[in-house]
Amino acid sequence: MFPELNNLLNTTPDQVEQGKLTLLCDAKTDGSFLVHHFLSFYLKANCKVCFVALIQSFSHYNIVGQKLGVSLTTARECGQLVFLEGLKSAVDVFFRPQEEPHPLQFLREANSGNLQPLYEFVQEALKPMDSGEAAWRCPVLLVDDLSVLLSLGVGAVAVLDFVHYCRATVCREWKGNVVALVHDSGDAEDEENDILLNGLGHQSHLILRAEGLATGFCKDVHGQPKGSS
Amino acid sequence: MAAAATCSTGTRSTGSMVVAASRNNVTSFQRRGPRTSGTDSGCSRLVSISGTRPSVRNGQLLVSTGLPALDQLLGGGLAVGTVLLIEEDKYNIYSPLLFKYFLAEGIVTGHTLLVASAKEDPADILQELPAPLLDDNCKKECDEDICNHKTESNVKMKIAWRYQLLPKIEARPVSSSRFGHYYDVSKRIPQELIEASKWHGFFLPEKISSTLNEDPCSLNHGYIKLLQFIQNIIYKEGFDGSNPQKKQKNILRIGIQNLGSPLWGDDICWTENCDSNCSLTKFLYMLRGLLRTSLSACIITVPTHLIQNKAIIARVTNLSDTVVGLESFIGSEKETNPLYKDYHGLIHIRQIPQLNNLICDVSDVKDLAFKLKRKLFTIEPCG
Repeated sequence: MFPELNNLLNTTPDQVEQGKLTLLCDAKTDGSFLVHHFLSFYLKANCKVCFVALIQSFSHYNIVGQKLGVSLTTARECGQLVFLEGLKSAVDVFFRPQEEPHPLQFLREANSGNLQPLYEFVQEALKPMDSGEAAWRCPVLLVDDLSVLLSLGVGAVAVLDFVHYCRATVCREWKGNVVALVHDSGDAEDEENDILLNGLGHQSHLILRAEGLATGFCKDVHGQPKGSS
Repeated sequence: MAAAATCSTGTRSTGSMVVAASRNNVTSFQRRGPRTSGTDSGCSRLVSISGTRPSVRNGQLLVSTGLPALDQLLGGGLAVGTVLLIEEDKYNIYSPLLFKYFLAEGIVTGHTLLVASAKEDPADILQELPAPLLDDNCKKECDEDICNHKTESNVKMKIAWRYQLLPKIEARPVSSSRFGHYYDVSKRIPQELIEASKWHGFFLPEKISSTLNEDPCSLNHGYIKLLQFIQNIIYKEGFDGSNPQKKQKNILRIGIQNLGSPLWGDDICWTENCDSNCSLTKFLYMLRGLLRTSLSACIITVPTHLIQNKAIIARVTNLSDTVVGLESFIGSEKETNPLYKDYHGLIHIRQIPQLNNLICDVSDVKDLAFKLKRKLFTIEPCG
């Protein structure tokens, strides 16, 4: 995690805001450092994290995480981290047909895609334990990234529905957080991506945007809902 | 310049980068501590693979693209487990050349090849590969090695007994432990090199005749067949660590030509709103999944100048790791520009992956031009 980013956002691992949807956005650069930041931040803050990693392998995040001071392997073993490795699971679901519904079932479907199995996976991973005493602070869903779902044939509306369901369950019901990365295609005229970006921008509490050179970023803070919503 | 290059330590490197593949946890990127000396040859030893070297930045395992100039621009080489996307130049003159350099490099270093094309038979592609330039020193070394191998095969070493345990260099017609070679485009690769190499070909018109039994999943028929073919080779030959008894690990070099062109049955090149506009991107995602879990590297050439929908080009770029664009001057107004008179075209490094790292090394110079001579493909900053 980056201390500078924490200072700018006024958060520390000890006091974590709850019930927030954060949108990470990158344009003409790679915003994955934001994902690594939030992953290490929430793991250090003792939150239960469900990481849907669609774009890189587990070892990539693990090695970068070690540089930032967290061990994903340890977190996964003790149950703090539930890691869905998209690339490996996609190969499994594509080449070896599964009996029970798989989170990435939409890869085998012909049209528009249904993300319900993925939502159920998240629900299963983050639901609070019935034993009463909570071991972890709050559930967090981290997605890297949502734009790749569009490349896999899922419609923008389906992705927005998925985020809406996750927000309703994770943010509102369980008082957790959702963080998702979306690429901004800029002048590539990707309509589906623009729909997704605008829709999520409207719903989220915080937008962090990485633009141009890797050193610069600016942030937009959307209004914070109080009470209602 | 090539003659003075030091031979990189092929099988005897003390480099810290070795690949571990166990049953449950197969990764291509893993860092191991420096090898402790003197372990018995009985227990499983991880020997580094010929034609690869660890990256100086993050220990990533790299293979050469066949063009030392391009290797340098990509941070040392192409990372194992990643895709190199070449955006074809307008008349498809120079991109097949990069494709052939990649494959020829695989033959010279002894890697297994998988060549897929919808236009040409892979056997014909291999016949047209350029001949490697092995300087005389290297040739003499190879001859000496072959002689020594025969005479010393059974002599027990008394003083340097630890070296007894190390594997001997394999005697092949050409055994080169260098990283990155130069090729003579005017000559064809010697036939015996092709015969000594291991390769698999995927020629689309031959494979497409059988009907598909499984349920369609919005992927183009040709792409499904190709994915199954690649997955089959990876699994059967143990590139994903599924055959633990294989002693010598090797790299699989995959080359796919003209992906996305109408010859593959994809219609993204002639219409903007096509029905299956996620066919190519889905294919690239599945390919990435296969590559990340195996010891392989892939080169793809795509005619991006033909793709009508700019959004698809952006998505294709995001799903590839390294993206290099070629722009040749033939037929364009730049041909008569005095600035470019010494060069044949521009080369754009559009994307370099950030693997196991927070940042990547982007080269300082953005204006790069290439020049093809008979024995050398140079890339220089210009303008």
